[in-house]
Amino acid sequence: MRDPKVVCAGGFILLLIVVAIAAPLVAPKDPLAQNLLMATTPPAGFPGAEPGSLLGTDGLGRDVLSRVIFGARVSLTVAFVAAGLACLIGSLLGLLAGFLGELVDALISRLVDVWMAFPPVLLSILLIAVIGTGLHSVIAAIVVIDWTRFCRVVRTETKSQAQMDYVVAARTIGFSRPAILFREILPNIVPVLIALLTLEMGIAVVVEAILSFVGLSVSSDTPTWGGMIAEGRQIVHEAWWVLAVPLVALFATVVAFNQLGDGLARSLDPVLRR
Amino acid sequence: MSAPRLAIEALSAISLRDGNRPILRRVSLTVDTGEVHGLVGESGAGKSTIAKAILGIIPSQVKVTDGRIGFEGRDLLALSPRDLRAVLGRDIALVPQDPSTALNPSRRIDAQMTDGLRLKRGLSAKQARLRAGALLEEVQIRDPERVLDSYPHQLSGGMRQRVLIAAAFGLEPKLVIADEPTTALDVTVQKQILRLIRSLQERHGTSVLFVSHDFGVVAKICDRLTVLYMGKVMEQGSTADVLAAPRHPYTKALLAANPRYDRPDTGLEPTPPEVIAALRAEIAAFDASVMGCRDG
Repeated sequence: MRDPKVVCAGGFILLLIVVAIAAPLVAPKDPLAQNLLMATTPPAGFPGAEPGSLLGTDGLGRDVLSRVIFGARVSLTVAFVAAGLACLIGSLLGLLAGFLGELVDALISRLVDVWMAFPPVLLSILLIAVIGTGLHSVIAAIVVIDWTRFCRVVRTETKSQAQMDYVVAARTIGFSRPAILFREILPNIVPVLIALLTLEMGIAVVVEAILSFVGLSVSSDTPTWGGMIAEGRQIVHEAWWVLAVPLVALFATVVAFNQLGDGLARSLDPVLRR
Repeated sequence: MSAPRLAIEALSAISLRDGNRPILRRVSLTVDTGEVHGLVGESGAGKSTIAKAILGIIPSQVKVTDGRIGFEGRDLLALSPRDLRAVLGRDIALVPQDPSTALNPSRRIDAQMTDGLRLKRGLSAKQARLRAGALLEEVQIRDPERVLDSYPHQLSGGMRQRVLIAAAFGLEPKLVIADEPTTALDVTVQKQILRLIRSLQERHGTSVLFVSHDFGVVAKICDRLTVLYMGKVMEQGSTADVLAAPRHPYTKALLAANPRYDRPDTGLEPTPPEVIAALRAEIAAFDASVMGCRDG
């Protein structure tokens, strides 16, 4: 666990979580309060900066820092809930397919094949068209599309683990099938699963940003990084910071999730941990 | 003499993948109480298939066509999976071939040893840990506490095999299947492991079915032995008799193929072609008469 990757990336994510939870306390201003007289003031240190707005204001005079902080709430909620659910559903089906084999495996594997042949963007827009926009739709869209990722990997891993000598040995002690699956096989898949889950969190953050960029995520009165990027794009020539700040936040978060996944995969594997 | 502990009768099996090629040809053997019985043969002779049939882990491409595996008056082949699970681990345990793959790499030794003790012997977590420590001492591991807290990759091959032997005998089974338990170890460790199995077996009165391709190993540990070739029993008898006066030409050829330290120039010749030809003819005649198979 002393891996600098894990410490840095994990620390950043942890900080982000704390800030997101404590957003009303941490944010210097109300993220929705408009002040057209103070519109597009640059960040501190640039000519024309206002002392109250550390990272400047947007086209409607709203405080960019406060909006980024509140935007983290949406991003992190989606990251944890969507990736978690996709992981849960995909891994369960993958474990079943890999462990039971035969008919169950054939059914689940074909389902995954058909599912993955469907264009994901089309699928998510279709889904949102049916169940409407909002946070729950974004989460549903990510789960519905990305469970296959977990299912495939977990199925393959389970299949290869099931043939290992120690699984055969466990069968010769007379362990039941669930006991073998959860005690012998699952612990060997967990490192891969955690890496995959953390990577998926990064992906979920990006997907949420894309969907809110095109206005398919939460309503526009909730600040989101994607929504801020969309607004910032229109006035990038007058006020670059409105685009740059949420972009950096998004970028840093995704990098942190990816690095954390990579580091955790290493430090959780008892053989690699040496 | 009382009834044998394990009585395999006319066990026959075929490979479904390979044009129904016979793998076992009416193999019969018995393991008595407190006996170490060697099952010898070259690779592909069907030794492992017998071991797997006893343990109920026959691969899906192999089908047992005939025979029974009698254990304490019951036919293991006829047991339901649930009943077989109850017997395995409690009355029958396995010492696997390769200690580097037979332990789960992501679980500590403690967890792996106590699983069986808790499930099959009904011990509490605390009791199981104490028992596991005592078992490790019994297989001459000096610092059991450290080993219990280790992961398998932190132990040497010989150490891991000791752990596996301790785990198998620790369940106090009546029969231990030792599937080439020393093949993956180097010679000096082999000797210690053999001595260990023998002493544990004697102390607990356990019967052992010892699967090996190596006459040298079998000679050291087995009371009786069965020589297998292409799934057919070639010779059976007490180890001393078979080694001193092998009756079957195949056994003679196998013994001659063992390297001898006193005469380095001998022992490396392949089995003479006329012996192989005679063997094949014998097998073919057997198949034609008993099994009614086409010759393969």
